[in-house]
Amino acid sequence: MNTEKQKPTHPLVNKRKLEDRRRFLRTMFLAGTAIGIPLLGLTPMARGWESRMRPPGALDEKDFLSSCIKCGQCVQVCPVQAIKLDDISHGFGIGVPYIDSRKQACDFSCDAVQCILACPTGALTYHKPSFLEVRPGAKMAQPPVLLAKENDPEPTLNLAERTGLAVLVRPETCLARQGKGFKGQARGAEFKGNMRFSKVDRWKPIPLKDHPFDVEVCDLCVRTCPIKGAISLDNIAGKDGKMIKSPVVHEPCVGCGVCEMVCPTEPASIVVEARKTWEAA
Amino acid sequence: MSRYIESLMVMLGREPRKPEKFTSAADTIHALKRVEKVDWVAQKEHARAHRSQGKPWRNRRWAFLIGINLLFVLSFWLDIQILEGALTASRLLGFHLIDINSALQVMLAHKHIIVNLLIGTGTVIVLWFLFGGRTFCSWVCPYHLVAEWAEKLHLYLVDKKVVTDHTFNRGVRTVLWVVFAALAWVTGYTVFETLSPTGILSRALIYGPGLALGWVALLLAFEIFYSRRGWCRYVCPIGLTYGIVGVFSPLRVKYTLNNCFHEGDCRKVCEVPHVLEIVKKGRASDAIMDTGADCTRCGACVDVCPSGALKFDVKGLSKLM
Repeated sequence: MNTEKQKPTHPLVNKRKLEDRRRFLRTMFLAGTAIGIPLLGLTPMARGWESRMRPPGALDEKDFLSSCIKCGQCVQVCPVQAIKLDDISHGFGIGVPYIDSRKQACDFSCDAVQCILACPTGALTYHKPSFLEVRPGAKMAQPPVLLAKENDPEPTLNLAERTGLAVLVRPETCLARQGKGFKGQARGAEFKGNMRFSKVDRWKPIPLKDHPFDVEVCDLCVRTCPIKGAISLDNIAGKDGKMIKSPVVHEPCVGCGVCEMVCPTEPASIVVEARKTWEAA
Repeated sequence: MSRYIESLMVMLGREPRKPEKFTSAADTIHALKRVEKVDWVAQKEHARAHRSQGKPWRNRRWAFLIGINLLFVLSFWLDIQILEGALTASRLLGFHLIDINSALQVMLAHKHIIVNLLIGTGTVIVLWFLFGGRTFCSWVCPYHLVAEWAEKLHLYLVDKKVVTDHTFNRGVRTVLWVVFAALAWVTGYTVFETLSPTGILSRALIYGPGLALGWVALLLAFEIFYSRRGWCRYVCPIGLTYGIVGVFSPLRVKYTLNNCFHEGDCRKVCEVPHVLEIVKKGRASDAIMDTGADCTRCGACVDVCPSGALKFDVKGLSKLM
């Protein structure tokens, strides 16, 4: 600044040494800041990633975050743009892919789980390396059969583990349980999500709003589920002992989230819980 | 060999030293420059009058940098699929390309390496060895471009005496490189990626903006108001990683002692002026030298040099041709 103009008040102060010391302190401060700021990612505030739904084939959460290189190649190949990347508000989850099933679920329109093929680091993988543990109940009993290619020579999705599990979290709002039917666009005219309907076009997903439903008893989650045998509308005993109809999730559920996307109640009666495992009843 | 070690040490943070030995060619030139009674001022002015105007290398570099980032963006937006992914990892016409520093973070955090990761990293190492290591910084990294604009503003404010430049010990980048590597290993998270403006900007361009751009804005403010090119000079581990890859690179900026008037224009525009220590009077140990590993091959010095003492060169290629 203008130190040159001032007379030295202390003859023993060596300007060069003083500047050296300032520079040293500045440097220490810079280093501290550069290390400290990313470590904020460890604080609970920035741990929003923990409840995230990941794309199919994702390793367990901790391994997924360590192995993902944050390039978004999975985003680019998804035919229904179900995969999004997280922001810096998610700490170490920055640039890591997630799926918001309610907005746009993975409906396996691509048939081959393209995001796994695109992943360069094995964060999304068909075959988990042997040193990584498989949580009990995450492993699929059988390779899941994709209804859209049920008659193909290879009808299964090459998935060994589920990414989550559908759960009827609000049975009281479920239309089927109330014996109600459903007519119209599942999520209204404003909904932007896409979905592949094999009967409409085997290869091209269409907007969900362009495929209205008209059913006596609402079974949208069952009829849109892309996996064979993952969910069915069963007769169960209600609270008062009367028989009612209800969607029931079965072991083949991979946690794709289509049921959550199409559920016409607001909020959704059925949702996919990320990382939830199958516990045999 | 000692020259490479010297260049590596300077990159890691040591201050450049006066050479102990000079070649006889260098000795002769230095001696002649001291004793020869030629009209230096007239010669300098002659060189300045005839220097090429404009900044051809900057223009080429900006075109390349914008072009490559645009290719990423269009590959996704228009689905032309030429260069898919982001700067951390991508596929060029199907071939894996993986950023070396990001790959290192992932390998250390995950402690498992799959073949695709290895192939992509290997390809990029070979590529940037050939093209000069930190060439990645000035010719590809999108943060480098915005930082250049921030630098212009910074220099303007310094000129107006609104701000002053605060320097740091360059060794801090080496320390941070080690710390980030250690953090990845210990925590199992790719900690540095949270900060990396290269990754953030690349993803923002391709997949849309987000809050993370606020962090990039903070970094730019730091560079504008506090420290010239602070991130690239003192922090970024990506730069150091590519610098190490480029230690033996054949692509370099060549310095011809005989042509130099030692006016120092080049050091004023350089992002890493310590690599241009050799252009100071009496500091070149050989008649022809190259700038060190930390040089980003941006060509700013080549553009500004009035006498053609600094030129791009591919080692061995001139001999072949």
